[in-house]
Amino acid sequence: MTDLGALGSQFFVGLSRAMILFVVCSGLSFVLGVLRVPNIAHGSLYMIGAFSAYSITKLVAGPAGFWLALILAPFVVALVSLVAERALFCHLYQREHLMLLLFTFALSLILGDLVKIIWGAEYKSIMAPEVFNGSVSLLGASIPRYNFFLLIVGPLVAVGLWFFTNKTKMGKIARAAAVDREMVGAVGINVSWVFAFAFVLGCFLAGLGGALVAPTVSITLGMDHNLIIEAFLIVTIGGLGNMWGAMVGSLIFGLSQAFGVLFWPQFAIVFPYMAVVIVLLWRPTGMLKSVW
Amino acid sequence: MQKSTLNPNVLWPWTLILVLLIFLPFIIPRFYTYILAVIFVTALLAMSLNMVVGHGGLFQFHHAVFYGVGAYAFALMLMKTAMPMWVCFTVSPFIAAAAGFLIGWFCVRLANLYFAMLQISLGSLIWAIAFRWYDLTHGDDGLHGVPIPDWISSTSGAYYFILFFLVLCLIAMYIIYHSPFGTTMQAIRDNPARCSAVGINVRRHQLTAIVIATFFAGVAGVLFVVLEHSVFPDLLFWVLSLEIFIMCLLGGWFTFAGPILGAAVTVALRTFVGIYTEYWTLILGILLILLIFFLPEGVMGLFQRKLRNRRYEEGAPGKRRHAQG
Repeated sequence: MTDLGALGSQFFVGLSRAMILFVVCSGLSFVLGVLRVPNIAHGSLYMIGAFSAYSITKLVAGPAGFWLALILAPFVVALVSLVAERALFCHLYQREHLMLLLFTFALSLILGDLVKIIWGAEYKSIMAPEVFNGSVSLLGASIPRYNFFLLIVGPLVAVGLWFFTNKTKMGKIARAAAVDREMVGAVGINVSWVFAFAFVLGCFLAGLGGALVAPTVSITLGMDHNLIIEAFLIVTIGGLGNMWGAMVGSLIFGLSQAFGVLFWPQFAIVFPYMAVVIVLLWRPTGMLKSVW
Repeated sequence: MQKSTLNPNVLWPWTLILVLLIFLPFIIPRFYTYILAVIFVTALLAMSLNMVVGHGGLFQFHHAVFYGVGAYAFALMLMKTAMPMWVCFTVSPFIAAAAGFLIGWFCVRLANLYFAMLQISLGSLIWAIAFRWYDLTHGDDGLHGVPIPDWISSTSGAYYFILFFLVLCLIAMYIIYHSPFGTTMQAIRDNPARCSAVGINVRRHQLTAIVIATFFAGVAGVLFVVLEHSVFPDLLFWVLSLEIFIMCLLGGWFTFAGPILGAAVTVALRTFVGIYTEYWTLILGILLILLIFFLPEGVMGLFQRKLRNRRYEEGAPGKRRHAQG
């Protein structure tokens, strides 16, 4: 049955897309959980991740460049976010919520134009190393090796994040700060630094997502706009600030997009939004428990 | 802050500005007339958003959709049907309001951020349709050369047409703000729980406010087509929604004319900074950060507070209302 094969491979395409979305959205969700701020600049940081991955592969040729990009690009993004946080954002924590939201929007405007200044407006693309040529056969469906790689990376990030938030002291402090920041401050922990750390970690994940997505798409200005709205919807339908919720939301979004392509290519982009609407009407506060 | 009658002190400057605007096209170059017209359209859009955000306390995060729906409805009716222009002009805002009712009907069930997200996803649905339904909307290219009647197709013709309807809409908004409905909306914004307790149907009021605001957004969309003779999917994109949100903040949430000022500043910035550099969003971002740090109430808000403090030095407590709770 060719039809079933197409269905299967489309399933894996959706799944690997969902993994990239998850990496980005788990970062967004983490920031949302700890800082209670929907970080609009998250999309711009994801874009910076993709662009800096491009630059690193240009500097270091060959497969080594790709792996280096995958490791270094998130750190570049983390550095950018650290500077923004310590220089500006940290002074606003006492202010109204809307102000924080607007700050992240202003940041996204600035970062978006900085990307234009540094990298120019042309399309960029990078090649995945030769290891990823060809495809893997899985359950009767053939999937490109890079997508298979994404299917491994996604769960790895999830497990890593789970380990961090549940088993390490820093992660536990961050979780506690999400629930009750006054109490965390009262026991003598510098909440401002916890917030900084959470913000940078979230942005690191955005950068990682950008680096991961880089070989599969053309890297261009405006990729931030397309992503950030998807990321917000995913985080909302999953349950705000819930990491596993980000996973559930990403799966819903990625799979509905992939199957939409199969059933009605012209209006494929409509399907994920439909899915979000249905989920929100069915479970208004998301699939899993929100930390808010 | 209720004034049921028009205060002559308030009316004077407005009249002066209006007279000035009527005579301005005779002395300024055509390009500036056009920019002023763009400001009028944008100002009306921002005002309509502020009806629900500043005065209603709703998280109306995807307001541009209704602007776009009005614009697309008008353009499509003019291009595909033989209906006279006035019919199209009258019907289009109602189509936008119908879209507002439809989306609002779902959204008012949810609160705050969830309201915003549901609205963004429903709005994005409409955007996706306009973006992808190539046969009808020409997708990304948009529709160009919309047949606007000759008498308003020139820049100055469009200018006066838009100015007329802007003034009409502003008067209507002023009346709505000072009607029992308007004050009820403000009460809902400040304390929805208490309003509900005293027997106000909060959801129905919010839905009505959304429908009214989206109607005005539709008018703005129609006026945009009158000015530009074209429509494109960016009119419904969420980036524009955020931009008009910023305009309201820039001017001040809780003032009547704040959004107009915000729209004027943003459009002027985009136009005149855009002449010198393509990085005008960078400038906007920096401006926004300065605003957040130093002027959180917006330019108009600060102005009004200063004015009020001077007038009521002795008694009245500063009425600093807070947005969404």
